[in-house]
Amino acid sequence: MEFEAVIGLEVHAELETRSKMFCACPVVDSTVAQPNIAVCPICAGMPGVLPVVNQRAVEYALRVALALECQINHTSLFARKNYFYPDLPKGYQISQYEQPLARHGKLVIVTSQGERLIRVRRVHLEEDTGKLTHVSRDGQAYSLVDLNRAGVPLLEIVSEPDLHTAEEVRQYATALRSILRYLQVNSGDMQKGVMRIEPNVSVRPLGSTEFGTRTEIKNLNSFRALERGVAFEIQRQIEIIQKGGQVIQETRGWDEARDVTFSQRIKEGEDDYRYFPEPDLPPLVVEAEWIETVRRDLPELPAARLLRFQQNYDLGSYDASVLTLEPAVADYFEQAVQAASGIPPKTIANWITGELFGLMNQAGIGIEELRVTPEALAELTRMVVQGEINQNTAKAVLAEIFESGQPAAEIVARRGLSQISDADFITGLVQQVLSENPDQIASYLAGKETVSRWLFGQVMRLAKGQANPQVIQTALDRQLQELKNRPR
Amino acid sequence: MPNDIIPAMTLTIEQVEHIANLARLELSASEKERMSQQLSAILDYVNRLQSLDTAGIPPTSSVLPPRSVLRLDEPHPGLDLETLLRNAPETEADQFRVPPVLD
Repeated sequence: MEFEAVIGLEVHAELETRSKMFCACPVVDSTVAQPNIAVCPICAGMPGVLPVVNQRAVEYALRVALALECQINHTSLFARKNYFYPDLPKGYQISQYEQPLARHGKLVIVTSQGERLIRVRRVHLEEDTGKLTHVSRDGQAYSLVDLNRAGVPLLEIVSEPDLHTAEEVRQYATALRSILRYLQVNSGDMQKGVMRIEPNVSVRPLGSTEFGTRTEIKNLNSFRALERGVAFEIQRQIEIIQKGGQVIQETRGWDEARDVTFSQRIKEGEDDYRYFPEPDLPPLVVEAEWIETVRRDLPELPAARLLRFQQNYDLGSYDASVLTLEPAVADYFEQAVQAASGIPPKTIANWITGELFGLMNQAGIGIEELRVTPEALAELTRMVVQGEINQNTAKAVLAEIFESGQPAAEIVARRGLSQISDADFITGLVQQVLSENPDQIASYLAGKETVSRWLFGQVMRLAKGQANPQVIQTALDRQLQELKNRPR
Repeated sequence: MPNDIIPAMTLTIEQVEHIANLARLELSASEKERMSQQLSAILDYVNRLQSLDTAGIPPTSSVLPPRSVLRLDEPHPGLDLETLLRNAPETEADQFRVPPVLD
C-alpha cells in the first residue's frame, strides 16, 4: 500500500522587542545572560500584578501576519492557558485562543516538484516560558528555574496540514525564517531556540481523505534535524500501520545523536488547559489605520526580491534564491553590483556564492562579520575582468582580504601578483618550454593533443601563475601550429 | 431550552483525580470523596445559568471596554536578584530550586 504523509507546522518565534510582552523587563539573550537578571513581579507571577501589552510586539506580529497575507482580526482576545509547570510561575500562559490576531494566510514555497501554496491557519501572540535545568546530583534530582525568558513576546504561526514531504517542511520553514529575518522581528536562530518548529505528522493511505492519528515532534533545533525528524517519523508511522498496529497520539522528542524520535511525557489534552478569556486584559483592538501603516512600511519580501533579482540582474532562479534568502546577503550583492558598474552581476554573484561562501563556511562566520566589503569584492572582480590579475590569483587575493581586510590593490602590489599580459615576454616563456621538452613535442606531433594542456601548465609555472591565460593560450597555439606546419 | 430541569452533576472519583493531577495536588481518599461532592454542588449551581435563554446575546469575553491599552516598548530593570529570590523556599546558582520536573 502506498502512503501519504499529512503535516502541519507550529512555529514559535520570539519577537525581538526591547521589553517583554506584558511587562517592562528587558529582553536578554537567555542562553548567555546571568539567570534571573530580567525578572519583575509581573513575569515572576507575584500576586496583585497586572499585565499590559507591548505595542511593538503587536506591531511585529502585524508585520508577520501581513507578510503572510493573513486577515487581521480588528478585535482579538487574550486567553489563559492553564497548566502547572514551573516554567511559568503564574500557573498559566497568556495566549490567544478563540479569536487570534490573524487567520487565513498563505505562503508559497518552491520545491523540486515545483511551487506549492501552503495555507496559514492562524498567527497569534503569547508569552514565552522560563528555562528549566534538570539536575541530578548526589542521588538527588531537582530542577532549577531561570525566568529571564518568561514573558518574552512569542508569535505562534500555525499552518494548515498542507505539507506532505520532509522537503516541503524544510522549504516552508526556510521561507518562513527568511520572512521573519526580512521583517527584522526574529533572527531565526534555531540553536538559540528563538525560533522553534514543531511538526504534527500523520500518515494515511494514498487517496484517503481522512486524517490518521498524528504525533508532534519537539526538540528540533536545526533545519537538518527538522527534515530528518519528519522523514523518520513518517517512516515510523508507515511501518506501524503496515504491521497492523496503531499510531498513538503523543509528543515525541528528536534524539539528534541516535537519529530517532522517542516518546515523551503524555501532556495535557486540549480540554485540560481550560482556556478562558484573560480577565486581566481588555480585548486587543487593532484599528484599520494601524494595519495600513504597518502594511505600507513592509519591506520588500524575499519572494519579490527573488523575482527582481532574476529580472534586473539576469540571474537564474538558483542564484537568485541563494542570494535573497538572507536579507544581509542580498544587500551585500546589490552593494557590490552598484560598486562594480559595468561588471556583469552574474560574475559578482558567482564570486559571492562560490569563493566567498566557501571561505565563510570554512571559517564558520556570517555575512555580518565579513571583512571583505562589497566594494572590495567589486574591485577584485573588476581587476579580473580587466585582466589585471587572473582568476587563480584573484582567489588567493580574496582569501587574503578575507583574513586581513586589506584592499585588493595593496595585496597585489605588495606580493607582486599583477597579471603578466606582455605578449613578447610570454612568447619567450613558451619558446623556452617548447625547447626544453622535445620528447613531449614529439608525442604531441604524433597526435597526442592533450600534451598541449601540460605545456600550458609548464608555461604558467614559469610565470609563477601570474601570466594572462589567454595570452599564453594564443602564443602556445600559434607556436604549436608552426611546428605542425613545418615540413618534417 | 429555558425551563428544562438540569440533572444534578456528579463528578466521579476518576474525574476528581484527573483535576487534582492537573493542579498537582495529592488528595487522600476521604478528600477525594469530599471534593467530588463539593465540586458537584458547585457545578450544579453554575449549571443554573444554562437554563437562561442566551440566543442572540454575543458571548461576553471581557467586561472591560474594547479599547486597546498598550505600553511603549521601553525596558526598565526588574527586581534585583536578592529581592526576587527572597521568598523562594530553595535557591541555587541564582535560580529557583524546585522539585524535579522531567519531560
